[in-house]
Amino acid sequence: MDVVIITIVSLAGLGAIAAFILFLASKKFQVFEDPRIDDVEEVLPATNCGGCGFPGCRAFAEALVKADDISSLNCPVGGDETMQKVASILGKEVSKAAPMLAVVRCNGSCSNRPQVNRYQGAESCAVAASLYSGETGCSYGCYGLADCVRACKFDAMYMDKKMGLPVVIEDNCVACGACVDACPKNIIEMRKKGPKGRRIFVSCVNRDKGGVARKSCTVACIGCKKCQKECPFDAITVENNLAYIDYEKCKLCRKCVIVCPTNAIHEINFPPRKKPGAQKADAESVKV
Amino acid sequence: MSKLLVSHSPHVHSGDSVNKNMYGVIIALLPALAASFWFFGIGALVVTLTSVATCLLAEYIISKYILKQKPSITDGSAAVTGLLLAFNLPSNFPVALIIIGAIVAIGMGKMSFGGLGQNPFNPALVGRVFLLISYPVQMTSWPEPVASRGSYIDASTGATPLAIMKEGLASGSSYSEIVAQIPSYKELFLGVSGGSAGEVAAIALLLGFGYMLWKKIISWHIPVAVIGSTAIFTGVLHAVDPTANATPLFHILSGGLMLGAIFMATDYSSSPMAIKGMWIYGIGIGVITVTIRTWGAYPEGISFAILIMNAFVPLIDKYIKPKRFGEKVVE
Amino acid sequence: MLKTFTTGGVHPNENKITASSAIERVAAPATVSIPVSQHIGAPSEILVKRGDQVMAGELIAKSGGFVSANIHSSVSGMVTKIEDIPSVSGYTQKAVTIKREGDIWDESIDTSDILIKEISLSPSEIIKRVGEAGIVGLGGATFPSHVKLSPPPGKVCEILLINGVECEPFLTGDHRIMVEKGEEVLTGITILMKALGVTKAVIGIENNKPDAIKRMIELSKNYAGIEVQPLKVKYPQGGEKQLIKAITQREVPSGKLPVEVGAVVHNVGTAYAVYEAVQKKKPLIERVVTVTGPTIKKPGNYLVRIGTSVEDLIEVAGGLPDDVVKVVSGGPMMGKALPKLNTPVAKGMSGLLLLPQEITSRKESQNCIKCAKCVSACPMGLSPYLLMTVSQKELFERAIEEDIMDCIECGSCSFTCPSSRPLLDYIRFGKAEAGNILRSKK
Repeated sequence: MDVVIITIVSLAGLGAIAAFILFLASKKFQVFEDPRIDDVEEVLPATNCGGCGFPGCRAFAEALVKADDISSLNCPVGGDETMQKVASILGKEVSKAAPMLAVVRCNGSCSNRPQVNRYQGAESCAVAASLYSGETGCSYGCYGLADCVRACKFDAMYMDKKMGLPVVIEDNCVACGACVDACPKNIIEMRKKGPKGRRIFVSCVNRDKGGVARKSCTVACIGCKKCQKECPFDAITVENNLAYIDYEKCKLCRKCVIVCPTNAIHEINFPPRKKPGAQKADAESVKV
Repeated sequence: MSKLLVSHSPHVHSGDSVNKNMYGVIIALLPALAASFWFFGIGALVVTLTSVATCLLAEYIISKYILKQKPSITDGSAAVTGLLLAFNLPSNFPVALIIIGAIVAIGMGKMSFGGLGQNPFNPALVGRVFLLISYPVQMTSWPEPVASRGSYIDASTGATPLAIMKEGLASGSSYSEIVAQIPSYKELFLGVSGGSAGEVAAIALLLGFGYMLWKKIISWHIPVAVIGSTAIFTGVLHAVDPTANATPLFHILSGGLMLGAIFMATDYSSSPMAIKGMWIYGIGIGVITVTIRTWGAYPEGISFAILIMNAFVPLIDKYIKPKRFGEKVVE
Repeated sequence: MLKTFTTGGVHPNENKITASSAIERVAAPATVSIPVSQHIGAPSEILVKRGDQVMAGELIAKSGGFVSANIHSSVSGMVTKIEDIPSVSGYTQKAVTIKREGDIWDESIDTSDILIKEISLSPSEIIKRVGEAGIVGLGGATFPSHVKLSPPPGKVCEILLINGVECEPFLTGDHRIMVEKGEEVLTGITILMKALGVTKAVIGIENNKPDAIKRMIELSKNYAGIEVQPLKVKYPQGGEKQLIKAITQREVPSGKLPVEVGAVVHNVGTAYAVYEAVQKKKPLIERVVTVTGPTIKKPGNYLVRIGTSVEDLIEVAGGLPDDVVKVVSGGPMMGKALPKLNTPVAKGMSGLLLLPQEITSRKESQNCIKCAKCVSACPMGLSPYLLMTVSQKELFERAIEEDIMDCIECGSCSFTCPSSRPLLDYIRFGKAEAGNILRSKK
């Protein structure tokens, strides 16, 4: 009987002491945390993609709670819906951000841009970039080693084996920007998704002179400025032999697409043109 | 000649490969294998074949059907594990238990961590210690060398020199009294003593060591550190109390020390990368082995010593770096 | 007693096919294309324009900064184009194309073979002349030599080391220069000693060149302060830091220049070029290139004009064999694979390797088995397996902690790896990124 009593008493005593220490410790080491951080984190998508510019959703939630003005902060994954929820929790204003999308600005597929040498080594664009300009004559184009595809956490990109180029799956892309950072050639750009997903862009980043660019790739921008002259909205600028369409100014009139002599300007998600033969964009790149 | 190949330098390779290293280890194990056949005959053959076959099969099945990888049994590493496991078992060990041990070695010790190069512990030792703890009776009945050549399960058994020593000292006899009951140094060196199939013949193991050094499969540091630290530690103990402690030479030649130091402790993925780390690791193994042998419950401690030090390897690799060329200038 | 460095090192097959082929002068090509960026540092500024007539040895581009070098025309003729051509990395670089007409040399250049031993110039004049002649490190690093001859203030140079190691397999240019131009090399070394104000010079030569060692020992008796040190064969002994360690047992501290331990290292080929520049007023417009490979018809050591197209040079050596899959500028361990053959020969091209599939093909990369062979091979005492992993995971700060910047990119790790892992591929990438981080912190 004694044994049982001693056991119970000693165990209970130990338990009490431990509980007391824990109680003291929890008081002593308590850190005050704004409970709203948890609330905000709750509505964030928990993808920890870093697209907002913060290391993970928790850090973003902390930043949102801390900032007085959150209109410059945006969660590209959750989009407006999420930011509205955040705003209602925090009682702050958010600006409405236009949905964005990753756009691959290179159409140098195997048929358009002939291979001139073979790369052998680590399957990584970054590693290839530390060696040389790539397997083709174009020193600006895609390596085709899929760093962007590996960087994408949303299954929004895949490598088209036949073309040797990455393709963005529109429905999956959350515009986190991971692929943009991963690309050593700065080919991928975040552009406005556009109404009904319609958008126009120059699918080339080659800054070589026209002749040089054309020689290494049949669909390169040669900097001829025809599109610039054609554009009624001043949306196109040509610098260093390369045209760029400002998506804020572009009104999607598609005039530039027709005049481009190398089919370097792509129109996506537009209905087919009325006049036969006017569809100029490369069929390969429209497939998304 | 069509398109030029472009790659980072270097543009040539030494020609070394995983296969070459693994088959090199197998070649280095051949003298010990021959010795085990010589001393334990048919039993050693059955144990070795079962162990190697099960290891290969287990690796094939796990990598193909569970990990869904291309099976890599041809690289020789599973065969090495199988051989080493067999070397660590008594030659009268039942087939069913060998199969269990081999599956544990490959499945738990190697493949569960991702296969070759990923395992933190020596797979063969994981299998061996699993068997030792689960089936202590079968794991500690040792067939007599030479005499048991023709028999397998029914072999006449005896104790290992280390067990004789441990029991003798525990029952109060002095070292000099026990010496009469154990094999001479010469017998230990040639392998005429009871023990696991592959561990008995020191000379065969040393031949394998020489071969691996010649082929640059391993560096000498770990085996020398293990054997050296064992010698020094037991030497000190023997000098302090010669009646209660065996000589360093006895400790080195008996039990699995040679096999462990040369073939088990040097397992690539479970040993440190830097030379200094290898010394720490090897000395740790030596010290723990002697501690277990002298004061522990088991007569032999090399398996546990290696597994314990395996656990420290990540820590050693984190803090012990190779000696850098041109030490940092503090400004 | 043979000396060598202590940390790491590997033993690749030597393959010195051309060790006994005498240096052969190649006729000036019909056109040359001379890049303005043939050295480490800023590109040179072009001084000529289309249509200009130039003579061989005439300055066509002047040094574009402190660490930069002059560039001279290697043939006489007319400048036909100044254009962008692809560099060995595939990116564009400016180059001057000259169509050869005759072969007229600038009249100040002494083109005779007469040996001139007396040195009439003062140290500062020597440095100036070396700079004017556009001499860069000819071992492959292409660091402007005149900069190396002017140690930073406060640092004293005690010893001049001459790199006659040629540890890269296949290459034999320096070997032949020592055998055939021994007197000139030794005079060049004496000039370098005078410029640096040192009284002692040691020529390090690996033991696989017994004829060069014998010749240099014999000749050096007539030159004050010059010794020859035979060395054990081990790659990468030609690395500056490894050579200093091998000969003087001193270790250049991490991130410091050799002059920190009182040493300056110049290549044998550079010493020869210095001789020609100072004694003969000849700028660096030609160099010895070892054109070699196991299957080519006429491997040899060719004296080639800078700017000659690699294609032309291969023709001289008997044309491109069918089984060649890779053409490397430099040695097999550190050289650069050329993406195109219409690349010009530059000052840094010590060799041209034409490698067939069986020598150069990479095996599939397997898992790291942690055999630690890369660790024992690394001459800088690094952990290549770890550097590769952290680079792959883009943990560049960690890579800096693991001293990735100390890597000399010698390739011993990739060479030795039993799993054929692309260690140096990733380490180069990691080192480049780590370098960017360090620069942005400054």
